[in-house]
Amino acid sequence: MQLSLNGERREFNDGITVAGMVEALGLTGKRIALERNGEIVPRSQHGETVLQDGDVLEMVVAVGGG
Amino acid sequence: MSDDIFQIAGKTYNSRLIVGTGKYQDFAQTREAVKASGAEIVTVAIRRVNIGQNAGEASLLDYLPPSEFTYLPNTAGCYTAEDAIRTLRLARELLDGHKLVKLEVLGDQHTLFPNVRETLKAAEVLVKDGFDVMVYTSDDPIIAKELQEIGCCAVMPLASLIGSGMGILNPWNLRLIIEQLSVPVLVDAGVGTASDATIALELGCDGILMNTAIAHAKDPVRMARAMKLAVEAGRESFLAGRMPKKLYSADPSSPVSGLIAASK
Repeated sequence: MQLSLNGERREFNDGITVAGMVEALGLTGKRIALERNGEIVPRSQHGETVLQDGDVLEMVVAVGGG
Repeated sequence: MSDDIFQIAGKTYNSRLIVGTGKYQDFAQTREAVKASGAEIVTVAIRRVNIGQNAGEASLLDYLPPSEFTYLPNTAGCYTAEDAIRTLRLARELLDGHKLVKLEVLGDQHTLFPNVRETLKAAEVLVKDGFDVMVYTSDDPIIAKELQEIGCCAVMPLASLIGSGMGILNPWNLRLIIEQLSVPVLVDAGVGTASDATIALELGCDGILMNTAIAHAKDPVRMARAMKLAVEAGRESFLAGRMPKKLYSADPSSPVSGLIAASK
């Protein structure tokens, strides 16, 4: 299935969870926050939240800024 | 000195200087400068994860751990209330429910002047949502008051444009804001050098937020130290109360009597 991740189209296996996607990206354990179709998915729900084809995801980190 | 307390949203801080973490050469320099500044609160931006980048790469958080500093996530680059609100909700999730945030909603890319209508809108939503909002705004005393009434925990007028280093262009407006507000007033943006920071504190500002003045100095770490001293000097000077200005006449500091006989 296809997801929009930070504005890019990406292929993932059907039925993948947020945690699964984070792992596939090699980001497990990193401090990130995720918004799915405009709603935040709390970290505690990453394991149980199953993504759907066409989901729009924003994944963010803290960076240097003023 | 011990009774000079600086509080934001109920928490006491020793340093009245808040520093940004952008525009440094690398994370090591960022950390060194932040340490030299004595700042306890540091601003951070919220940005998309760079997908595909080396996942093992160091991050800002490794160098400035949230256990050591109070993070102040900002909404830099947001031009609508909606984007600013989304960004700060993400920040709260990112930082484990952290409530203290810096709201800034910009009006245009050339001046980075705040869009106060969108800022007011976003502030209302965020305060209702439980955030402690430190808000970047113009130096308009009426808007500053409205932001206080909405419930912002600190109001942060610009001294001049973000990153301009032009210093305090309108001390009169700043004074009006300081006199009218009961929440802390911090100068945010425009400070160029240490004397600007001192002037801000001498005017009665409760604190100051800066990034570029330190990061773009030739020696950022040294400038960070200068800013620490400047903020302390300005605050002490404000508390001490300056002497009145005497126009058009001098007042000698040495005794006027007891001089030796004048030469003929």
